[in-house]
Amino acid sequence: MPSLRVVLAEDSVLLREGLIALLQRFGHETVAAVGDAQALTAAVAEHRPDIVVTDVRMPPGYGDEGLRAALALRESYPGLPVLVLSQYVQRAYAAELLESGDGSGVGYLLKDRIGEVEEFAASVERVAAGRPAVDSEVVRQLLRRHRDPLQRLTPREREVLALIATGRSNAAIARELVVTEAAVGKHIGNILAKLDLPPAEETHRRVLAVLAFLRS
Amino acid sequence: MRPSAQPARTARALAYLAAGLPLGAAALLALLLLTASGAALAPVLVGVPLLALAALTGIPVAAAERQRMRLLDVPPPPTQHTAPDRPGLWPWARHRFTEGATWRELGYAVLLATTLWPLEAAALTLLVALPGALIATPPLLAMDGSEVKVLKLWSVTGQPVAFACAAAGCALLLLASHPLRALAAARARLIRVLLAPEIREVTVRELTRSRARLVDAFEAERRRIERDLHDGAQQRLVSLSMTLGLARLDIEPGTPLHAQLTRAHAEAQAALAELRDLVQGIHPQVLTDYGLPAALADAADRCPVPATADTQSLPRFPEAVESAAYFVVREALANAAKHSGAARVGISARYDDGRLTLTVNDDGRGGADPSAGTGLTGLADRLSVLTGTLALTSPPGGPTVLRAEIPCRPCA
Repeated sequence: MPSLRVVLAEDSVLLREGLIALLQRFGHETVAAVGDAQALTAAVAEHRPDIVVTDVRMPPGYGDEGLRAALALRESYPGLPVLVLSQYVQRAYAAELLESGDGSGVGYLLKDRIGEVEEFAASVERVAAGRPAVDSEVVRQLLRRHRDPLQRLTPREREVLALIATGRSNAAIARELVVTEAAVGKHIGNILAKLDLPPAEETHRRVLAVLAFLRS
Repeated sequence: MRPSAQPARTARALAYLAAGLPLGAAALLALLLLTASGAALAPVLVGVPLLALAALTGIPVAAAERQRMRLLDVPPPPTQHTAPDRPGLWPWARHRFTEGATWRELGYAVLLATTLWPLEAAALTLLVALPGALIATPPLLAMDGSEVKVLKLWSVTGQPVAFACAAAGCALLLLASHPLRALAAARARLIRVLLAPEIREVTVRELTRSRARLVDAFEAERRRIERDLHDGAQQRLVSLSMTLGLARLDIEPGTPLHAQLTRAHAEAQAALAELRDLVQGIHPQVLTDYGLPAALADAADRCPVPATADTQSLPRFPEAVESAAYFVVREALANAAKHSGAARVGISARYDDGRLTLTVNDDGRGGADPSAGTGLTGLADRLSVLTGTLALTSPPGGPTVLRAEIPCRPCA
């Protein structure tokens, strides 16, 4: 993985410094670290980073300013990878993010995941490479629900879809489920067919499948 | 009463009564002008609003009367009027015309303009102007030099007689001070009887308000706690977990230190997860950001029993309403999961005709007793502050249906 230029928005100084150190440990450079949504927008305009990592809740309102700023940035810079960190799992956040732009290069993770440093760094790289990264907690919650259109999927296919949502590649999914990559490909084909997704480029269809998953 | 306070009390009584004169005159003038012109113009319809305005004369008159009590150093009694439930001129007017207080105050304005005011003017003349004129005799005589007609009756030519007049005036004024104070007190008493709400009414209204304030304060406190946990403990735990995670990277796997760090790291992560659940139960952020439908869908997601939320598109409501609605559903879901043995739970939220209705039904074994737990009682209290209601039907064998209704208006 080449070194990424990161713009970081996090209002807690403690976490901001920690995240800079973490990213540095994995060879990524934080070109700007800011504490509110307005400064985030300015920093992106100035640095044109490879990825934005932002907290949802930030000053002045301590509502969802970070998420709003991230969505606005995706609007102004199509394809800008954005990884949003949230204190709580909120399906609505994830769905809104994935619906922005063409849905590629967005991540939504629980803040707790920063602690799993290697996983977290991998997620940053995954999102920067244009793949989705939805928190496994969101995915777990969704899997508990029994509703269309996911009803049509077999348990195995649901498992595969959940792994796609967290941003795993086919090879990684195969490793995790201890099956061949070809088997994974077949499952994905079935999922895309069962969810009635329109034919499109592969990455995009994967995103759509995740979206269908989130909206269900 | 200390004797030294007597002159001050008399002065207050005098000021109070004197202030009534322009008020009475203004009331009379306004009533006459509005009713006369209104009646004259009534055939061409312009008069109708004028007559309506005349009917409202009592409101400013009564307000001025209540404020006038301050001159007696007594706090003005509270108004009998209630606030209209919607902003704007039309709802205000409709509200006022249907209030008993408006008509009572109009009655008072008519009484003031026709009876009280002339009587008071006469009393003030007798008690104050008369002695005043007597007291003024010596200076008047000194200015004129030859003769002063005291009270337009007697001719006074010498200063000794003039000073005798003044002395008589002072004596009269002293004598008048008691009736003056008595008159002012009687007048204030009349205002209290006619224009102040009954004590019971005030108490109930004040209690209702203070209960609503308590609920608001409770809500604000929950949010503060949630904010404090978010800004403090959670951030620190994340930071700790990150530091442990990074430290682990630098240690050879398989060593005892690595194992210990891994354990510490797992503990920090578990603490974070617990804290997250705790904070979620205090005040869910999704409710603030996205409103009820998203928050209820979220609650359904978290319910261990498969739950579906049917909410359509609801407008945003005041914080207290949304919060009460959300926690009613949460409690119902928790009860369904704990006691009912249900396989499915359905949540629905509807807003119709100024009323937010929430229902939670499950296909469990029923027989739920609302008095058994404190959860539902607390929620019923919380709803009743918003003048909402809670109903539970749970026959043995099920199904259990909990229905909450909250009268409310969407936020503008």
